[in-house]
Amino acid sequence: MSSYNPRRVRVDTPLLERVINGRPITYLDSASSTLPPRPVIEAMARYYELRHANVHRGVYQTAVEATDVYEGARAATARFINAPQGMDEVVFTKNTTESFNLLAKSWGAANLKAGDVVLVTEMEHHANIVPWFQLRDQTGIEVRFVPVSDDFRLDVSDLDRLLDGVKLFSFTAASNVLGTRNPVKELTRIAHDHGALVALDAAQSVGHQPTDVVDLDVDFFCFSAHKMLGPTGLGVFWTRAAILESMPPFLGGGGMIADVRRDGYVPADGPTRFEAGTPPIAETAGLTAAIRYLEGLGLANIARHEDELTGDALKRLANEFDGRVRVIGPADTVDRGGVLSLDVDGVHPHDVAQVLDQFGVCVRPGHHCAKPLMRRFNLAATARASFGPYSLTSDTDVLLEALGSAVTMFA
Amino acid sequence: MANLDDLYREIILDHYRTPRNRGELSSPPAIRTEGFNPLCGDELVIYLDIQDDVLVDIKLSGHGCSISQASSSMMSAAVKGKTIDEVRAAIERFKQLMTVHETTLDGNGEAPVADLRTMGELAALQGVVKFPVRIKCATLAWNTLSQGLDDYGVQGTGSK
Ligand SMILES: Cc1ncc(COP(=O)(O)O)c(C=O)c1O
Repeated sequence: MSSYNPRRVRVDTPLLERVINGRPITYLDSASSTLPPRPVIEAMARYYELRHANVHRGVYQTAVEATDVYEGARAATARFINAPQGMDEVVFTKNTTESFNLLAKSWGAANLKAGDVVLVTEMEHHANIVPWFQLRDQTGIEVRFVPVSDDFRLDVSDLDRLLDGVKLFSFTAASNVLGTRNPVKELTRIAHDHGALVALDAAQSVGHQPTDVVDLDVDFFCFSAHKMLGPTGLGVFWTRAAILESMPPFLGGGGMIADVRRDGYVPADGPTRFEAGTPPIAETAGLTAAIRYLEGLGLANIARHEDELTGDALKRLANEFDGRVRVIGPADTVDRGGVLSLDVDGVHPHDVAQVLDQFGVCVRPGHHCAKPLMRRFNLAATARASFGPYSLTSDTDVLLEALGSAVTMFA
Repeated sequence: MANLDDLYREIILDHYRTPRNRGELSSPPAIRTEGFNPLCGDELVIYLDIQDDVLVDIKLSGHGCSISQASSSMMSAAVKGKTIDEVRAAIERFKQLMTVHETTLDGNGEAPVADLRTMGELAALQGVVKFPVRIKCATLAWNTLSQGLDDYGVQGTGSK
């Protein structure tokens, strides 16, 4: 059974010991990147201290061990997301962004032709927009958007019409700006009824709620290790084995081939076909440790805790500051994650973040790589606070104290 | 530790709260030029009315943080009515003020000090260099002005 105590996670997370500008750090930027706990850091250090070697084809002991670390992480990841055919469906990439580029540039280029439609949403991260525009500019596909309504949810009133002619519906499980959690299963069912495949951007969900690709019934699944307590430099791309086998290679080079002659090459089978060059290896050791750590906490427990934090923060933000601080996102915790995009009346998000830094509070100002969404709400930027498994209501206390100071300073 | 008061001087906050020379000029005849700070989404539009080598009028529109708004407001006040040579010289002085010198970046040695006496109110922006991520906010207006002059081939007389 899992046991979860956010204070315990805090103790496990060395970066939270830092003092910034004379104050203990208040880290509220987990939507950008989560902080790794000691087991993750130690797994990577241990890998370099004891086992480092290049992977695959090594015969000596440490090379075999390094390969086991790498392939072991693939197996752990497959289990973590419940990949039906196991590790043969899990491709390691650099991050979510590269996973979407792999999807667009391999599967997309091979399967989509001029006039075919890729449907995305207005709340997507640029990672799930720009690769489709690039493909559009090459092949003449159409990129269509599901709009976001004034209540910060997808406007699905016209979904049946929008899905007409769609080959792929690619959307995010949770918005990194609004916090909105989308009804993945329902949207997937409707898309499948229209004959479209479904790709899910799980960057904002995997570290915050349980994941099961079979239950979700999606066809592609992309996420980053660094948003689930793991290291940077490592991402995951999952698709059903049958689809993966049909996808042409992406980057070319060593590791992704079965044979190379002077007149051409034969790509490797399985996930390695998409893993050209020496991959991140220590990072996979970190990912395995992150998965174990998260499972030890229990993802349902994390979700419940972050819900409570979010509900409390939403209530307090609504009651203080005489309405000068507006949350750009759903006002209650129903289908909503722990991301709070703040618009402070009369204070630019950059200035908000600057004042907050003085209190050791880490929030992110900017457009959060979701410019179509920002335009939709006539915003250039927000100051975004977001929770992780180590967050506590005391973080919200400091956030409110610092926001009060920002409001006063620019009044 | 960099102190927030170094950044948000009262005169900066004043320019932020009551920006000077806000508005638009019809273009043409005025030069219209746009600047963006892709990092924070700041957008600035500058209108320049140049007659006989003199920047007769300048107007600003757009949105941004207190530093970029104050910097553009202070800039407009500093360059309005000046000759193109004087405007170009002011641009150079300001860029120098905002330069983080390698000597300070690697942690030993002091940055050469720009001559603040010639800068008037603009000297209040000097504190920005202690907050390197905000330098782009302060220079946006000046780079946009410089770009506008270049794009339209506006030359000074070169005489000093
Ligand atoms: C929803 C969403 N998609 C994609 C990404 C891109 O992730 P990465 O930068 O790790 O590629 C992010 C991260 O900001 C995100 O929040």
